Amino acid sequence: MTPDLIYGAAGLAVFGIGLWGAIALQDRMRRLLGLKLCSVGAGFVLIVGAWREPPAAPDPVPHALVITGIVVMLSATAAALALIRRLHDLEAADDRA
Amino acid sequence: MISMVAMVLIGAGALFFLAGTIGLLRFPDLHCQLHALTKADGLGLTLIGLGAALLAGSVGDIARIALICAFAALSGATCGHLIARHARRGDAEGRDV
Amino acid sequence: MSEPLFLFDLLLALAVVAIAAAALLVRDAFAMIVLFVVFGLLSALAWVRLAAPDVALAEAAIGTGLTGALLLKTLHHLRARGMAGWEPGAAAPRPVPRAVASLNAGLTLAVVAGLGVAILGSPLRVTGLEIAVAEAMPLSGVDNPVTAVLLNFRAYDTLMEVVVLLAAIIVVWQVERGADAAPAPSLGPIWQGFARLTLPAAAIVGVYLLWAGAEAPGGAFQGGAMLAAIGLMLLLTGLYRPHPDHRATARLLFVLGTVAFAAVALLVAGAGRASFEYPQGHAKTLILLIEGLVTISIAVTLTALFHGREPAALKGELRHDP
Repeated sequence: MTPDLIYGAAGLAVFGIGLWGAIALQDRMRRLLGLKLCSVGAGFVLIVGAWREPPAAPDPVPHALVITGIVVMLSATAAALALIRRLHDLEAADDRA
Repeated sequence: MISMVAMVLIGAGALFFLAGTIGLLRFPDLHCQLHALTKADGLGLTLIGLGAALLAGSVGDIARIALICAFAALSGATCGHLIARHARRGDAEGRDV
Repeated sequence: MSEPLFLFDLLLALAVVAIAAAALLVRDAFAMIVLFVVFGLLSALAWVRLAAPDVALAEAAIGTGLTGALLLKTLHHLRARGMAGWEPGAAAPRPVPRAVASLNAGLTLAVVAGLGVAILGSPLRVTGLEIAVAEAMPLSGVDNPVTAVLLNFRAYDTLMEVVVLLAAIIVVWQVERGADAAPAPSLGPIWQGFARLTLPAAAIVGVYLLWAGAEAPGGAFQGGAMLAAIGLMLLLTGLYRPHPDHRATARLLFVLGTVAFAAVALLVAGAGRASFEYPQGHAKTLILLIEGLVTISIAVTLTALFHGREPAALKGELRHDP
């Protein structure tokens, strides 16, 4: 067992947990968190793919892709959270009416 | 010899972290938990920092470790204060987390 | 292979998976966010073990720190709106038919199994693009391969990434137009002192991360996230209050990075080269110029994403809208 196999399995599991959360849970924040877990799991798999036996340096291209992915996921999270806040406000206004 | 001392310091630091975690899990209320966590973790991190500084190669590394310990202690204390403050206000206002 | 490190890897991987599951399943929303932050930091640690320190820095600063701040801010907003004991699903816990639940679980398992087969079927640890990158490194103008890929070899991707960030702030401002702000949390005098003490240090670390990105782990995104942390502290201490008059400056800073990035690409292309084929000897200067301006844009955009609502949406002003 080498680190890449261990963390590859962990990344796969995190991706699966996130996917299940995104489709099976009802709370909006939790669904969003599930998507975020999916993105981290995908990052794990990409970084494991870039890993080489220690004396050799890893492949930098997947690393750059994952950094891009992290920033894109933050942008998506910020937009989704703004939608969640707005929806919540509208529902609260409906309840009062 | 130096690496032995460093290992002992790091091991002692890890033990303090363990004690803090047990306190977090076992103590009955939030203030006791904070008491266990902030003190034990502050001391644990400082001990680990000392051990790592003994192993560090250059003065620059030692200075960085010292700065990390200082800022971690500062933010740990501030976080503990903020959590306790929030909890006390929550008690005063009735039930709000 | 050294045994203790193997044990460490195994424990860390187990902890990452367990905390991911716990974060989704825990009842209290605040505990969910705290567990998510722990999860992100542990993933960053795992990525350090996989020799990806640049990615670990980005995940810790952007994927965990700033995302956690955004989640906490949203939770504060939801709880401030009359729903003091806002509980996940407390509003409408619709029961899910058993068949649908098992279908969801089955579909997830099928996707994960397919992914696992695909990963196991692909050749592991074969040479990818690292040889090509290593050969081109002397031409890139920097010494950190990840920075070289981000700002030279695949600069198109990074340009688009900055555009995505720009799109996000436009979406947030449009969605929250006219919404009321949640009352600002009062954090007390100790927090103020902490912020004043930490602000200059955070500024130094942010600029250092940007500068070190040329030869060591770090770069525009990590540095920008650090500087955005300063923006968050300024907002939370009340040292800076967004004002409608600042909108023009803010918009200028949002697009600054994108415009500079695209302008460099166009100017280089105008001299008869490919868009990101920097002229020999000027690569380092151009990359630092782009990185510096992009860092400012990233920091300001991330701060604005945390603040959310466009500062113009004062109630009186809004009523005049048609």
